[in-house]
Amino acid sequence: MNDTSGTGPVDYLELTRATYERLGYDAYRWTHNTDPVPLAPLPRPLSECRVALIASGGIYRVGQVAFTHKDDTSVRRIPTDVAIDELRAGHFAYDLTDARRDPNVVFPLEPLRRLVDDGTIGSLTSHALTFMGGIYSQRRVVAELIPRIERALDSMGADIALLVPV
Amino acid sequence: MTSAWSITAAVNTPRAAFLDFPLGHTSGRPGRPDEQREIIRDALRLFESAGQSGTIVPLDFDWGSPWKDDPTKLVGNASARLDTPQYQSDADRRAAIERHGTTAACAACDPEDGPRE
Repeated sequence: MNDTSGTGPVDYLELTRATYERLGYDAYRWTHNTDPVPLAPLPRPLSECRVALIASGGIYRVGQVAFTHKDDTSVRRIPTDVAIDELRAGHFAYDLTDARRDPNVVFPLEPLRRLVDDGTIGSLTSHALTFMGGIYSQRRVVAELIPRIERALDSMGADIALLVPV
Repeated sequence: MTSAWSITAAVNTPRAAFLDFPLGHTSGRPGRPDEQREIIRDALRLFESAGQSGTIVPLDFDWGSPWKDDPTKLVGNASARLDTPQYQSDADRRAAIERHGTTAACAACDPEDGPRE
């Protein structure tokens, strides 16, 4: 599946492996989860669900402390009624041009608001959650980042979460 | 959602919507609010339709022009991984300093704004 010229998905696992090898680095050890993952049923119809937006990609609001580019496991809580022009993007690993022009390309807050307005979903949580991603320590993701996100989701009464990684 | 099929398959998420767009566009193209709304709507519908854990469903949207031959679209612009806050602009840095006093240690960050959740 290393198809970068045809129509199939780009194999970023293989692309990263090849890049690391070219640079003389040890191979990056990607997460491979093989255990079956439970498929939790919707607790209520989608049109009644309270949806949480969780995005990596380094989005922050003006006035907040920006993320660092090195294993930053912190989380920013961004009010879902925020003005879009107060959102910023900082990241070390993707082209930020379009995200800075229109944050909805990695942080789809306005589309979600419209889906509340047209009744597709019930509501949004009071805040969206953002983080940096690109955390090379899987241990720190599990021990630090995920508990922060879980606590925030519980406190906001989220029914479902839309994860938007970059 | 995902634009990196193989990574998502390795992580083995309960359900995922695959958008075959370049990195940095996981939820759409800039300045296209109607398309963005349709993308998110279709992704959310997986909550109702996905019947098996590990499902990855391609979303029916087209970037519109070839991009997979362009290496810059594949690897982004990887830069040095600095361990201090990296702001989009100096104005943002000043705004954060004004509010928090310092941006380096983050000791004064309030729950919404810094590492201490």
